[in-house]
Amino acid sequence: MESYFSILLTEVYKILFLLIPVLVSVAMIVWLDRRVWAFVQKRRGPNVVGPFGLFQSLADALKYIFKEIIIPASSNKLVFVLAPVVTMTLALISWAVIPFDEDFVLADINVGILYLFAVSSLGVYGIIMGGWASNSKYPFLGAIRSAAQMVSYEVSIGVIIINVLLCVGSLNLSDIVMAQQNLWFVIPLFPMFVIFFISALAETNRPPFDLPEAEAELVAGYQTEYSGMMYAMFWLGEYANILLMCAMGSVLFLGGWLSPIDIFPFNAIPGPFWLIFKILFLFILFALVKATVPRYRYDQLMKLGWKIFLPFSLFYVVLTSSFLLYFDLLPGK
Amino acid sequence: MIAHTVFFYIFSLIAIVSAVMVTVSKNTVHSVFFLILDFISISCLFIMIGAEFLGMIMLIVYVGAVAVLFLFVVMMLNVAEQKGQWFSSRWDGGTHIPVGLLVSLIIFFELIIVIGGWKYKPDLLNSLSINISTDVTNTRSIGNVLYTDYIHLFQISGMILLVAMIGAIVLTYRERAGVKRQSYVKQISRERDEGVDLVEAERNKGVKIDA
Repeated sequence: MESYFSILLTEVYKILFLLIPVLVSVAMIVWLDRRVWAFVQKRRGPNVVGPFGLFQSLADALKYIFKEIIIPASSNKLVFVLAPVVTMTLALISWAVIPFDEDFVLADINVGILYLFAVSSLGVYGIIMGGWASNSKYPFLGAIRSAAQMVSYEVSIGVIIINVLLCVGSLNLSDIVMAQQNLWFVIPLFPMFVIFFISALAETNRPPFDLPEAEAELVAGYQTEYSGMMYAMFWLGEYANILLMCAMGSVLFLGGWLSPIDIFPFNAIPGPFWLIFKILFLFILFALVKATVPRYRYDQLMKLGWKIFLPFSLFYVVLTSSFLLYFDLLPGK
Repeated sequence: MIAHTVFFYIFSLIAIVSAVMVTVSKNTVHSVFFLILDFISISCLFIMIGAEFLGMIMLIVYVGAVAVLFLFVVMMLNVAEQKGQWFSSRWDGGTHIPVGLLVSLIIFFELIIVIGGWKYKPDLLNSLSINISTDVTNTRSIGNVLYTDYIHLFQISGMILLVAMIGAIVLTYRERAGVKRQSYVKQISRERDEGVDLVEAERNKGVKIDA
């Protein structure tokens, strides 16, 4: 039993070593998001708490902890409490397969990309459960909207992943990164990268696709009835999901931990830093989109997902596979 | 191995209990939640026997897409239930019992056939025509047989699904009158000359626009 215990202990250490930085960076990323947003709109943003307002998120978290958690009397209480927990857990467990460097990954599983895709497709449950359990009109409308939206955009993300997998020949995330040593997939698959970015916006309910929350019409949608720490957990889960989508984009298209050029000053920087730079780059793009683009109308959103992205990425699958077949570049022979 | 066994029993217990709860629980939405829990624990069991590709596909297809649609429909029904209570279970004289018994008997015999076949063929794994090698990932081995030996069956099942999908759309599609549609092409190709009309207005008379 001694060995089981020690294995368990080392695993718990590893998980904490991964989760605590993720949680801290989620708090920091909220601050960065607000700063970028303010920068675009010529405001100052949060700049009071700590140097450059860096501790703003911690102050907010403290405020949320001390606020009262209100559970509506007519709600379905168990599901109501479970919903933020589900969102938060799903957002955090997917970090287990993200490779930060060669052999620097918590779980190096064979089907890493499928695991990521599966967990991100489960993310919709937190929202549906929250919206339904609130037993109120606006949360329910928000939940229904987000269910339809997230299912639609998952389809196109799945097809985009197939494009990348055709070039790699493996479902392992480390293999996907190592296959990009000579050429990042963003160059041959640039249209897919653009569509992935837009679908990721829709998948994480970010503007311009934030219809499930839509504060102007649905008064924050599925979050309406939540307060205090439960609201903060939704918030944290949402931002952890956004970071995860950025990490997924950098692993699939931007070469993960690889440095852009394999010469001295670049390849001296350790791999995890490159991954973090790429995640931050994608995240700043997310924030810039949020600051500049108006919200889509619902039918336009559906039309974009089903009638434009899906056929185009299917066409690109055919294109990629015929290119690979014709030039005899198919991997895994 | 002990940990493996413990996890197996935990997951199978969750699977069985939640499968029972799907049928037992009064609230239909709770039933769907238990169904999802059942799917998840079964995919965990798949992963534990080393079929990680099947487990993940199970999660993506059943939990990520099918169960969402179930939940969608059941939640809509629940809205109606709150209004009229027509959905609540009530005693209708037991007319549904014979049909239910028949269906469950058929399923029961099917289960007996499946388990019996397994029981009387203990060397099932050895008698398979395909060699299962352990050094190839199971994604690759599924791909190897699915797109070579079983390509026709695979294509036919895809065709059947496509026909079913188109059929469902055709059957449920209803043309509604008075739907306003937008044409992007028309909107984008609008020029200034068509949109703006300069009219010389006479004093105290105004202009008739529609004429």
